[in-house]
Amino acid sequence: MLIYKATELVNFAQGDLLMLGAFVAYMAVVWWGLDYWLAFLISVVTIGIFGALLDATVLRNVIGQPQFAIVMLTIGLGAMFRTFASVTWGSEIYTLPTPFGGVWQVGGVTLSHQYISIVVGTLILCGVLYAFFNHTRIGVAMQATSQNQLAAYYMGVPVKLIFSLIWAISAGTAAAAGILLAPVTLIDINMGLAVALKAFAAAVLGGFGSIPGALVGGIVIGLIELYAGATLPDGFKDTAPYIVLLIMLAVRPQGLFGTMARKKV
Amino acid sequence: MRFQFKTSYNQDIRLFKDRVDASWYGLLAVAVLALPLLMSDYYVGEATWVFIYAICGVSLMVLVGYTGLISLGHAAFLGIGAYAHAYFLEHGIPWVVSVVLAVALTTASGLVVGLPALRMTGIYLAIATLAFSVIIQEVFSRWESVTHGFAGMPVDKPVIFGVPFQDEASFYYLCLFFLVIVLWLTRNLLRSPTGRAWIAIRDSEIAAQSMGVNLAIYKSIAFAYSAALMGMAGALFAHKIAYLAPDIFTILLSIQFLLLVIVGGLGSLHGAVFGAIFVALLPPLIAILRDSIPASMNDAAAAMNIKVLAIVGEGIGNFLRKPGVEAGIFGLILVLVILLEPLGMYGRWVKIRVFFSTFPMYRGATFKRQKSYMRSERLR
Repeated sequence: MLIYKATELVNFAQGDLLMLGAFVAYMAVVWWGLDYWLAFLISVVTIGIFGALLDATVLRNVIGQPQFAIVMLTIGLGAMFRTFASVTWGSEIYTLPTPFGGVWQVGGVTLSHQYISIVVGTLILCGVLYAFFNHTRIGVAMQATSQNQLAAYYMGVPVKLIFSLIWAISAGTAAAAGILLAPVTLIDINMGLAVALKAFAAAVLGGFGSIPGALVGGIVIGLIELYAGATLPDGFKDTAPYIVLLIMLAVRPQGLFGTMARKKV
Repeated sequence: MRFQFKTSYNQDIRLFKDRVDASWYGLLAVAVLALPLLMSDYYVGEATWVFIYAICGVSLMVLVGYTGLISLGHAAFLGIGAYAHAYFLEHGIPWVVSVVLAVALTTASGLVVGLPALRMTGIYLAIATLAFSVIIQEVFSRWESVTHGFAGMPVDKPVIFGVPFQDEASFYYLCLFFLVIVLWLTRNLLRSPTGRAWIAIRDSEIAAQSMGVNLAIYKSIAFAYSAALMGMAGALFAHKIAYLAPDIFTILLSIQFLLLVIVGGLGSLHGAVFGAIFVALLPPLIAILRDSIPASMNDAAAAMNIKVLAIVGEGIGNFLRKPGVEAGIFGLILVLVILLEPLGMYGRWVKIRVFFSTFPMYRGATFKRQKSYMRSERLR
């Protein structure tokens, strides 16, 4: 559920990739009767490859055009994915069976394994991504590419390959998030849209381009939503995160952990 | 080939380029005025939609195409305009006053949203306007004393100075009148220093600033003006749709407006109108196609004795009948336009015109774009 953004790409189709990932996992588990973990793997890999293909066929053509073009392109792609899903799987709501059935009693608080699986999964995912971006050659190359394509190219970074890889990882992450989320939100064609909006809120709150920031942003958004739902009148539960977001953007547009410098000419 | 000899600087900013240009527009005006006499009520109604969408398109074009600010929340402005107008009418305020009040209200809300926009660009602005749109939609559904929530809010046909606009044709002329006013106003603004400042901001904020353009003021004006047009469109929209409900003004509608602007062609008023024609007429076109394709394929299959054709036709018809397909087709077209013709329908129109006006001399490279590379805007 995190928009992962060490790259400068803003993907409005992320939520829909998430939805596709959840559907693929559902197919693998329920229709083909596969093991949950195997289905997880299949889904992440399939969506990852799909992301790379998407980059190779569609998105590579807009490299170098303003960010606006990419935003609109991903919005268009997202709409296409939703239509694809609604034609293929219909508009019913599915539940994904998981191996996490039990509950833990910790100091009087009941924690279901499902929620723990989400928290642990998210932490692992973030840890891996963070390590990947800061400590491997490819990860650093990706950051370099996102900062200056031409300079990265001169330094011998295979920019096109890196772009495909970025999309593959991004799509795979979305799929993983979709599967983790599936038991809680249930799978339907609109699950992506709702999650993606909140994910953007989280990403902005934490600061774009900062993975720990996105994590903190996600937690803050979740907490705000929870408390607003509990204490404020009806209707604030859904809007409170956005109100906070607007205030945040007005006061500190770079987010909690973001870095933003004046553009140089 | 026709040349324009320019003898004064003012010629560059004239409303029409020359007499030939003006006469073409005159011809267009006659055609549009005569349309309700020639067509059935259904098509006049659809044409009215085109005009309303075109006002929305001009509004967004000012913001996106000329000032370079992205907004994903324009449906909210439309909604504010529509609800305000409906509310004022419900309380017995005369039509003209009600429209003015509704426009004033949306202008004010545009200014408020524009405030954070002064510090943000690109994607942050898109998300901020998105957040605004979500909040406004929630307000529409919760503030029941004014908006009647999901019960809906009926809107009567307009009555201006005691003159009722009951039938399709009269409402058509009303919308046409507003569209012409809007186009004329916007065109005048764009050829004034304000418009040139907007374009300068779009092309390079820093360059504009160093040339003495006050970014805060001109961005605020752009937002306010855009919101005002949206409010006006909202008032007409309320009459046209006749029944307001909160779930009309969703993000999907905002995205549809963006689609309109992009498909029409960024950075031109023609584009806003072209885009409006496209967006307003595509859904009825799909509706017609989904019945006529299977039928015609069936006939062809019977004539040529190929069974597969009939099955394929049936399949296409069933596909088009599924819910949500329309959004997918919009998405597909959006993707194709961005990939193949980034300047949209107006860009293609200009190319065709240049092809004919320079006929044997046309060179394919005339409109070739320079290759560029993306650089990060946040430098560490």
